[in-house]
Amino acid sequence: MDLTFFLEQIFNGLGYGFMLFLLAAGLTLVFGIMDTLNLAHGSLFMAGGYVSATVHAQSGSFLAAVLVAVLVTVLLAVLLEALLVRRLYGRDHLSQVLATFGIVLVADDVVKFLWGPSPIMAPTPALLSGPVQLLGLPYSSYRLLILGAGLAVAAGLYVLVNHSRLGMLVRAGASNRAMAEFMGVRVSRVFTIVFALGAALAALAGALMGPISAVSIGMGEAILIPALVVIVIGGIGSVRGAFVASLLVGLVDTAGRAFLPPLLREVLAPALAADVGPAISSIAMYMLMAGVLVFKPSGLFPARV
Amino acid sequence: MNSKASPWAARAGIAVLVLALALVPLLAPLFDLDYYTGFVRRLMIVALAAASLNFLMGRVGLVALGHAGFVGVGAYAVAALAEAGWTSAWAVWGLAGVAGVVVAGLTGAVALRTKGVYFIMITLAFAQMLFYLAVSLRKYGGDDGYTLYAPLHLIGGENAIAASGAPLYWVVLALVALVLLALWRIEASHFGRALEGIRDNETRMQAMGYPTYLLKLCAFAAAGGVASLSGALIATQNGFISPSLMHWTQSALLIVMVVIGGVGRRWGAPLGVAVWLVFEEVLKQFTEYWHAPMGLLLIAVVFLAPKGLSALASRKAAP
Repeated sequence: MDLTFFLEQIFNGLGYGFMLFLLAAGLTLVFGIMDTLNLAHGSLFMAGGYVSATVHAQSGSFLAAVLVAVLVTVLLAVLLEALLVRRLYGRDHLSQVLATFGIVLVADDVVKFLWGPSPIMAPTPALLSGPVQLLGLPYSSYRLLILGAGLAVAAGLYVLVNHSRLGMLVRAGASNRAMAEFMGVRVSRVFTIVFALGAALAALAGALMGPISAVSIGMGEAILIPALVVIVIGGIGSVRGAFVASLLVGLVDTAGRAFLPPLLREVLAPALAADVGPAISSIAMYMLMAGVLVFKPSGLFPARV
Repeated sequence: MNSKASPWAARAGIAVLVLALALVPLLAPLFDLDYYTGFVRRLMIVALAAASLNFLMGRVGLVALGHAGFVGVGAYAVAALAEAGWTSAWAVWGLAGVAGVVVAGLTGAVALRTKGVYFIMITLAFAQMLFYLAVSLRKYGGDDGYTLYAPLHLIGGENAIAASGAPLYWVVLALVALVLLALWRIEASHFGRALEGIRDNETRMQAMGYPTYLLKLCAFAAAGGVASLSGALIATQNGFISPSLMHWTQSALLIVMVVIGGVGRRWGAPLGVAVWLVFEEVLKQFTEYWHAPMGLLLIAVVFLAPKGLSALASRKAAP
């Protein structure tokens, strides 16, 4: 295993981690503030992916595609919040899961109606199709863009949550909603803003992930589970926890897939290694979560006190 | 439900229902509806898994998002035993159930350390581990699944009766009826009351000296065993197993069906399963866009029947 391959996988892991963070940040805040579990978050991710791929193919401009995707998804999210999610506050988690699972089913059929059942191509922007030199190694410039965008959003979110008035309200709502309300915070309005912000981040992740993975109907559900794993490991309601856990899960998942099979081939019989390798690397993320929960049953950075 | 008002009426109702279900394999061929014998049988098998989950959710307050994992354990146990030369359906099903109890006991021992959403996610994690384990079993076809060639039989020897067709249907009906009865009896038992106490106030039950962790673990393992039995029956009826049996969406669907029917309600699980599967079956015949109506049904249930459809029926019956 040479250094180039090792570093490349680490960067890929960090990139995946940042994308997970974009999803998990919205999910954890919505959950933390309003105690609302929103399974339809994956559908917003899917909306971002589809709109961006279509606009990119039509207009040829990747930047425009991402912007339109974010805008459209935010509009959809605001509509969704006003019509449905708002009525789910204060209901038990099961009702929320059920209703938002209903949204997922409807969203999948709407996408199938508009774009057809088969996955669509999301082209890589022409400018970014070649490799760049990174620490003396060739690395896909598009993946570098993902890393950069993820880092920028994480930094922006950090400033927003920790050093702005809105962030203060958000944190107050997440740690103790009733108390924040007594103090005169209109938590429900803060929540609408957070919901829209979460949708924007999910759409951004969908638009950016499109060119490196398939844009298909199941994409929302497929990424929802890792995103949920992230917010549980990080501690529900904590953006900092979501950030740490995203990178952890991203690295563990990618590193597991890249490094484990060759390592196992060294120590096990080839046939056995070929069977066990993919299984263990798929499971790695869940083992991490189970391990964390055994020692810290409320995640690494519980937001509620 | 007016079982309290007139237990005999309720019992007669159950008897009529069981009798009507028992007649399906005899009547269906007369109308060229053989297909529906298999459909009703599948419905009853799924209701078995859903009933065990409803027991956990309604009685113990444990929302487990990994129940399909235990269904898969049962199905793969059938494959492994049939492969090893076992032919008696009863022995195979029994061992499959035991395998489910063991796996649920082991995973539950860890999962029950957490609560609420964390419990939901850790049960999901274990089910995902089982899922990927099944995918990696090349001996049983990995991702593609595995066809069971050696058929099981209900009665061996000269006049052997294979575990298929109408005999399997009646056995499934009897098993489902027995398990539902057993679950209802447990609800009324000391054990069941203790579980309810834990659901409502665990700290208090601990203070009263109940070994709450152990009681929850027993309930979890038992429910895992029933789910596993359901998986064994699915494997026997389909003659085919695949990891998709334990995909996380299957666990989610079980929860969905229980909630539609009514969490903690006697008829919650069978009703939820029947409504969901029949609705799906009918829609699939008319349109390829059958997900959206199902989604709208879910949203409608959440807002119009927040305690499930069986609660809706009983509210009308009650004064």
